[in-house]
Amino acid sequence: MDIRSQIAMVFHLDKCIGCHTCSIACKNIWTDRKGAEYMWWNNVETKPGTGYPNKWEDQSVYKGGWAKSDDELRLKGMDRKSTMANIFHNPYMPVMDDYYEPWTYDYANLFEAPAGDDQPTARPISLVTGEPIDIKTGPNWDDDLGGSPDYARQDVNMHDLTPAEKEAMFQLERMTMFYLPRICNHCLNAACVAACPSGAIYKRGEDGIVLINQNKCRSWRMCVSACPYKKSYYNWNNGKSEKCLLCYPRLESGQAPACMHTCVGRIRYLGVLLYDADRIKEIATCEEKDLVAKQMEIYLDPFDENVRQAARENGVAESTLDSARKSPVWKFVKEWGIALPLHPEYRTLPNLFYVPPLLPAIADTSTGSYETTSASLWGGIESSRVPMQYMANLFTAGDTEKIREVLKKLMAVRIHRRGVTVGDLHEDECKQAFAETGLTADVADAIFRLTSLPKFGERFVIPAAHREEATELLENTADIKGNTGFGTLNTPQRI
Amino acid sequence: MSDIFLLIALPYTALIVMLVGSVYVYGTQAYKVTSLSTQFLESRDLFFGGLFMHWGIVALFFGHLIAFLFPASVIAWNGNPVRLIILEAAALIFGISFFVGVVILIFRRLRNKRLHRATTDMDIAVFVVLLTQAVTGIWIALTYRWGSAWFASVLTPYIRSLFLMNPDLAAVSAMPLIIKIHISTAFLLIGMIPFSRFMHFLVFPVKYFWRPFQVVIWNRDRKLMRNSTAVTPEVKSRNN
Repeated sequence: MDIRSQIAMVFHLDKCIGCHTCSIACKNIWTDRKGAEYMWWNNVETKPGTGYPNKWEDQSVYKGGWAKSDDELRLKGMDRKSTMANIFHNPYMPVMDDYYEPWTYDYANLFEAPAGDDQPTARPISLVTGEPIDIKTGPNWDDDLGGSPDYARQDVNMHDLTPAEKEAMFQLERMTMFYLPRICNHCLNAACVAACPSGAIYKRGEDGIVLINQNKCRSWRMCVSACPYKKSYYNWNNGKSEKCLLCYPRLESGQAPACMHTCVGRIRYLGVLLYDADRIKEIATCEEKDLVAKQMEIYLDPFDENVRQAARENGVAESTLDSARKSPVWKFVKEWGIALPLHPEYRTLPNLFYVPPLLPAIADTSTGSYETTSASLWGGIESSRVPMQYMANLFTAGDTEKIREVLKKLMAVRIHRRGVTVGDLHEDECKQAFAETGLTADVADAIFRLTSLPKFGERFVIPAAHREEATELLENTADIKGNTGFGTLNTPQRI
Repeated sequence: MSDIFLLIALPYTALIVMLVGSVYVYGTQAYKVTSLSTQFLESRDLFFGGLFMHWGIVALFFGHLIAFLFPASVIAWNGNPVRLIILEAAALIFGISFFVGVVILIFRRLRNKRLHRATTDMDIAVFVVLLTQAVTGIWIALTYRWGSAWFASVLTPYIRSLFLMNPDLAAVSAMPLIIKIHISTAFLLIGMIPFSRFMHFLVFPVKYFWRPFQVVIWNRDRKLMRNSTAVTPEVKSRNN
């Protein structure tokens, strides 16, 4: 056993309103710089949709993540030899047009244009070339299902769906969507770390945050294609890759990461998970259908005295163990089992978990008008507007049973709370929901409480900062913010 | 006089600047050590230009290095005219590949507006040096035939004399100007290494072949601290 601590996150998708406040907070702090304008370390996608960069989930193009061959894991894109052979040109790397060309507007023209017959306009100006451009696409071009034929219908996760199911997703009466906020998953088996020829990317032992050493990055850009979530970005100006750093300077001073702190829907939770580093390889190489269940096994019970003792032996601080016991992530992921990793089939063991959304049930339109009454108040899970297979392709590597189980739990909580607060449901319905899911009234109340009424301190249980660990890393990031970019003590001019 | 400048002063200056400069830049401004890839802005032309240029120059670099280090073997190989022609043809093909690559890359830079923003004065200097080397190299190969044969008798003694701190221009000073330009531009290229993207020659990531896939860095080895008995033997720290 090699027990380490990991800062992990839960995003509750039922609560996400798609406001992009998280993205803006992140952008303002970290990526408002030359060369980084196009980067959205935190972005929010509409699903179904193709996301950012366009079709990032299509690993037949980008070859991100790991593949299993026999009992060994290999990088899906390139092994060590072909990485070296392709070092002059990475065949799987997305280019700027796969993201978008960043732009601003010529606002000065609104004030300085000479008097004329027409209103002056503020033309879009490329932030790369500085010249006027016609905007073709942007990081949220398909927000709220905009341009469905080009975006939502191209969604990569619709494989394995029957043609009828696919078609149903795009009928006007039955259309639905949900938001998927994404940041770096700070994976246990990170593909970006493995793919970096310079060895510049590393996982911090103390809290598991994955960082790129800007002094060691040589712009071989293998991380960009290797990360299956496309969360490592290449800065075209200074020739360095950059990625989400989970706002570690904020974490070290006891504050939540900016994206989480600003979250309007309060969908985000952050806490410590203890994991057994010795089992990473075994779990990452297991059968695809077991991936989710196996990944859950790697996280160890912080209430188990043996685990805590082993963690202490391994140098995990007592304060971190305390945080692990209070971790909301532990509750969502392990105790209640209602949060799932995004695309576990990439085999990177991501540490960002999603509570899948309970989407509206399909309404019956056969009478010519909306008929929404059903035998039960909300309709069944089965009649959800998004096919189970689609959700399963996102969160459980295609296992519909698992996603059904989670959604049933969420529904049981609703039924129970409806019974408590309104009292118009038959007691048997509640009992049956509990029997099916194995929940109890106490657990359902706890889920409800942490979902709907959590205080700041319950959502973010950040282990006490250890000054002796933090000082070396903090440096003076705030001082140089906006001037030269994070982690950059030299001016980022091209040499 | 110009021989002394081009073939003695410049080489020594370049080598010293390269050695001292690289160590200094790597030690104090490691952030600036990067290959400054522009694949993100333009990928398709880079595929052709980058591959032709890189494989060409890599092969030519090692070809020149072998000719310098093992002149006797090269002369022995060239004893048979067929083998001489094979060697020379291969070198010329790599030279043309290098030239074509550089030309593609130059046009790529000119054509693409995004790349203008990512092109510095030093990048232009890099292109000038590379293009000079490609043109003079191919020129020499075509007009002063069988370079692999005369390299050993003319250039090997010269370069060796440079390294032995006893420059000997006897053979090389009789060479045509074009060859002197080729030699001195090569040293100029070496001298530019610390100040340009050429720095990436020196940090080629060979270590990737054997490093473990996952990299975990601990700021403090808490385990080691906990288990340390250096100060109080037999007593372990209980504090962390």
